[in-house]
Amino acid sequence: MKIVVAIKQVPERDAQVRIDAAGQWIEEAGLQFSPNEPDAYALEEALQLKERSAAADDEVVVVSAGPERVGAAIRDALAKGADRGIQIVCDDLGARDALGVARLLAAAIEPENPDLILTGLQSEDLGLGQTGVILAELLGLPHATLILHVEKTGTGVTAKRELEEGWFQTIELPTPAVLTIQSGGNRLRYATLMGIKRARTKEVRRLTAAELGVDSAPVLVLERVALPRKQKSTQILAGTAKEAAAALVEKLRFEAGVL
Amino acid sequence: MSGVLVVLEERAGRIARIGWEAVAAGQRLGAQLGLPLSAAIPGGETASLAAEIAARPLAKVMRVEHPLLAQYTADGFTLALQQLIENERPTRVVFPHTYQVRDYAPALAARFGQVLIGDVVEIGDGPVFTRQLLQGRMNGTYRHTGGGPCFVSVQAGAFRAAAPDGRTGESLAPIGIFTPTLDPSKIRTRPSQPWRGGAQSVDLGSAQRIVSVGRGIKDAENIPMVRELATALDAELAASRPICDNGWLPIERQVGSSGQTVSPKLYLAVGISGAIQHLVGMKGSQCIVAVNRDPDAPIFEVADYGIVGDLLEVVPALTAAVKAARQ
Repeated sequence: MKIVVAIKQVPERDAQVRIDAAGQWIEEAGLQFSPNEPDAYALEEALQLKERSAAADDEVVVVSAGPERVGAAIRDALAKGADRGIQIVCDDLGARDALGVARLLAAAIEPENPDLILTGLQSEDLGLGQTGVILAELLGLPHATLILHVEKTGTGVTAKRELEEGWFQTIELPTPAVLTIQSGGNRLRYATLMGIKRARTKEVRRLTAAELGVDSAPVLVLERVALPRKQKSTQILAGTAKEAAAALVEKLRFEAGVL
Repeated sequence: MSGVLVVLEERAGRIARIGWEAVAAGQRLGAQLGLPLSAAIPGGETASLAAEIAARPLAKVMRVEHPLLAQYTADGFTLALQQLIENERPTRVVFPHTYQVRDYAPALAARFGQVLIGDVVEIGDGPVFTRQLLQGRMNGTYRHTGGGPCFVSVQAGAFRAAAPDGRTGESLAPIGIFTPTLDPSKIRTRPSQPWRGGAQSVDLGSAQRIVSVGRGIKDAENIPMVRELATALDAELAASRPICDNGWLPIERQVGSSGQTVSPKLYLAVGISGAIQHLVGMKGSQCIVAVNRDPDAPIFEVADYGIVGDLLEVVPALTAAVKAARQ
């Protein structure tokens, strides 16, 4: 089975983010980036599918779009066990809407003719949660979202899908198909030293948006980025840990009346 | 028709409550643009659902009915609503941002060459649409510039649902039926009936006090320290999703959109940044306390009290202060 995993590189979770001068995105200079965590779960599911199947022609290919720095996310995936990578080099990812990004990915993935395309259910930066679904639509493939576990069957796959409020369902899909993976369905692996070493010799093919023939004209524009308005006025209790703790307990007892 | 169309969703034989919030968002859009508001309900048997909808202030209710829509599939719903939209020609289509909508609405919008503006929390003049970025740390305002219909889904709790205005008899909104052309061969996926996950042994919903732990705890070895605080407070221990994903606490203790919804007297969030998936599960709590080392963490937007600091220091100090106060 050939599996393509679409991954994204996002600002590191704990990074201090500031709004950029134009007020249209965050200041990226000096920011640390890391692989999007839901995509890491998608990669893990792909690697486990490959390990369980152990057929000679099994292959896991990672694809990612973005500027040069995205190469690090691809190397990380190769170090964990992906077989090769495709980097769609483009510096204007932020100017593209979800349809524009999915078009890039679709153009790069289509010639691969994979049996399965996996991606995280959403990104930690834009949080759109749409790329996988649009990708399926563009490629004319069936899809399912919020998947926790995938098993290969004779004609396709069965997937465990998360519903709301603690409910689940099983969904059968013919392959090729697109699945967006929810976190927590598997345990993420770490790259081994051997894996990191091997990753250096694995192929990463570079493509550009122009080569793929995909323009960037969006139908949706992010006009402004701002700090959220506070819904409540929070009393911040200052001082040492001990002082703040004592002050909080006082407030909870005599002001809020919840102790 | 040039107008606003709200697509509602059935849950356990009734209209899902978040659907009425989507109607409120649709009203906001309709008023701003001077457009009439209609609603559609897809399903296998929609008569009683349509009757429930018709009591709302709508120009029209459309039953999008077909046996192949009795069980949700992305293929069936996308195709049926594509045909409805081509037929009715609304300029704005509003959905509640549910798991089901997330599963098919992006494909439906793409079919019209458009992009769904998902998980919207505010609609401003323009119209412009605000949604959260970076796990709630920023807000982004979007404008639709495409030529086709504009697709929007609204976050649970972002728009206040109006009560039904008691329309009866003649004054009910007119109900129409739309029968999409669907063929079993076009539905490629086979979903099972939903089933419940593992027995919910812990009922967090009835807890008076909850101490909830998030990713900021860094290591499973630090969980007992938080448990000790919960014990001192006579509180239930809960967690945000990443803690359960890591297997550090059982999934029965997860609070948020994929776990339990709670509204205790006291909710003490330890090392939880406050992504929306968590906030929807706890923002109804009476008193919210946040302990976090990041003063910009979104959890502080809903907290009544906060301590900014290293939780490895703050949590034991709190446990000691609670014990001292309760002696």
